[in-house]
Amino acid sequence: MTAVGAEPLLRVEDLRIVFASRRGELVAVDGVSFAIARGEVLGLVGESGAGKSVTGAAIIGLLDPPGRIAGGRILFEGARIDHLPEEELRRLRGRRIGAVFQDPLTALNPLYTIGRQLVETMRTHLDIGAAEARGRALRLLKEVGIPAAERRFDAYPHELSGGMRQRVVIALALAADPALVIADEPTTALDVSIQAQIIALLKRLCQERGTAVLLITHDMGVIAGAADRVAVMYAGRIVEIGPVAEVLLAPKHPYTVGLMGSIPPLGRKVERLMQIEGSMPRLHEIPPGCAFHPRCPHMRPRCREARPEPVTVGPGHHAACWLFAEEGPDGRA
Amino acid sequence: MLAFVLRRLAQALLVMLTVGLIAFALFRYVGDPINNLVGQETSLAEREALRERLGLNDPFFVQYARFLANAARGDFGFSYIYRRPVAELIAERLPATLELSFAAALLALLVGIPMGVYTALRRRGVLAQGFMMVSLVGVSIPTFLIGILLILVFGVLLRWLPTFGRGEVVELGWWTTGLLTVSGLKALIMPAVTLALFQMTLIMRLVRAEMLEVLRTDYIRFARARGLKSRTIHFGHALKNTLVPVMTITGLQLGSIIAFAIITESVFQWPGMGLLFVQAINEVDIPVMAAYLMLIALFFVIINLVVDILYYLVDPRLRADRAVAHGHG
Repeated sequence: MTAVGAEPLLRVEDLRIVFASRRGELVAVDGVSFAIARGEVLGLVGESGAGKSVTGAAIIGLLDPPGRIAGGRILFEGARIDHLPEEELRRLRGRRIGAVFQDPLTALNPLYTIGRQLVETMRTHLDIGAAEARGRALRLLKEVGIPAAERRFDAYPHELSGGMRQRVVIALALAADPALVIADEPTTALDVSIQAQIIALLKRLCQERGTAVLLITHDMGVIAGAADRVAVMYAGRIVEIGPVAEVLLAPKHPYTVGLMGSIPPLGRKVERLMQIEGSMPRLHEIPPGCAFHPRCPHMRPRCREARPEPVTVGPGHHAACWLFAEEGPDGRA
Repeated sequence: MLAFVLRRLAQALLVMLTVGLIAFALFRYVGDPINNLVGQETSLAEREALRERLGLNDPFFVQYARFLANAARGDFGFSYIYRRPVAELIAERLPATLELSFAAALLALLVGIPMGVYTALRRRGVLAQGFMMVSLVGVSIPTFLIGILLILVFGVLLRWLPTFGRGEVVELGWWTTGLLTVSGLKALIMPAVTLALFQMTLIMRLVRAEMLEVLRTDYIRFARARGLKSRTIHFGHALKNTLVPVMTITGLQLGSIIAFAIITESVFQWPGMGLLFVQAINEVDIPVMAAYLMLIALFFVIINLVVDILYYLVDPRLRADRAVAHGHG
């Protein structure tokens, strides 16, 4: 948790990301604010299209056109990094902010050995010679749990399994000792049996190095296992953010309540899982007011008219819902 | 690797045998070679004697086997027109065609690839759009017209370059080269440009399309996320991944450059095999046609073999034997 007065590692303020399209500008992310302290793991959850990945891409300046940052600020170590010139962003990427991508099968260049890709990343950012980089790369490969690292150093990506390749991707993300890693769905493309291992590995390595993580996922299980805090996104906005135990065990926003209710509990039989009626609106049909109101069981007239701002519902726990703005945390039906 | 090359060689042999059959069929079914050899006043008996002497009365397979055995030694018989060994005629013409073809291929690659990369990276740039428009012209104007236009501008109006022939040549053993004299090099420019233009635009468009494809891939995005320099990403990671399709097409195109130098050679009166072939068709000089056919097939086979081996060197995924050794972890 951020100590009072200390500058967080990353601060995103009122971020707005739009995509130009024939139908005009589509707002993918709207008014998103959060902060990550040094060494902290912040989970960012939501359904596909909620704006999680574009938020992550915007932080490292890899938003693909026609997407662009249309408003807000991104501060890294106290300095603004949105709208930095490309060359300065490049020096930041890989060096201060690492990235882990979703699909390890496609994230590695098929024509280069994994050793070469590691050495290349290190030598781009660190002032070290080829031999030193090789040594570092081998140590890193061992750290991420690649057996027979010396032999695997000269292997091509296709010679490794998906789980092994994701370990290599994690090694690449950590190659230059960044302060923050943005992990975008790091386990989604993997076999279920390997997912837990990869998450545990990522968490352990970052803990050892004091690296903060923005963990983007749609998997609540991943969040529960790895994150310190969690932000729930819906239709381009953060609807609830707070310590992971609070948000998962005592969710406040009706959307989060619905999400948690749709996960089958262990050890206890339920007749029917809770289901949120309807589906998340597409970007060009986000309703006015609270974007969740058409699906919300607690909808009231006000929800259709005005957008709720986040209100404090517990220590470090905020939810953007009229239920709490009007009546306080206990006013739920 | 060795097994792979041997397999390919066996396939190549099969291709050559098939082409040999077609070339041989020319002798049997395109006109009567005797008519082309003798004058009108030759008697039927004399014709029959000649037919017997040339082995034209032997069974089909005997003739085919004889043809193949001779062809393997480079012996394609005598030209009906020149009354000289075909191998000799071709050996005389081969250097001119090969020099022209390789100059054209080199030009096409050295200009086409950088232009393809440039137009892919600066997709919306004015210059890139200009290249794309010019390339459309290059693809759509027929070769002979480009040759004639070049002759008109640089040969007739500006008088900078010779309009026909190979210029002065130097003999290096049996090979004659125009690359060592100024007049030879000057004579090479227009034919090479004419022959290269289509290939150049084709390669440029191909490289551009492949680059755009590769630049969208995850590993390029990840390379950017790793903070690699643009130059490394574009010319190391991206360009190398476009090479396999580019090599395939370039290899095939090199074959067609050699085979279809005919038109360019006619326009510029370039003393190469293409010109020889056109004359051979006009005169029904079947031994020359057959030899040309076999030779072009041989070029295609060799080029394809080289391209296959290059795949192997460029793309580690094709070296399947390695993958087994490493296994999965």
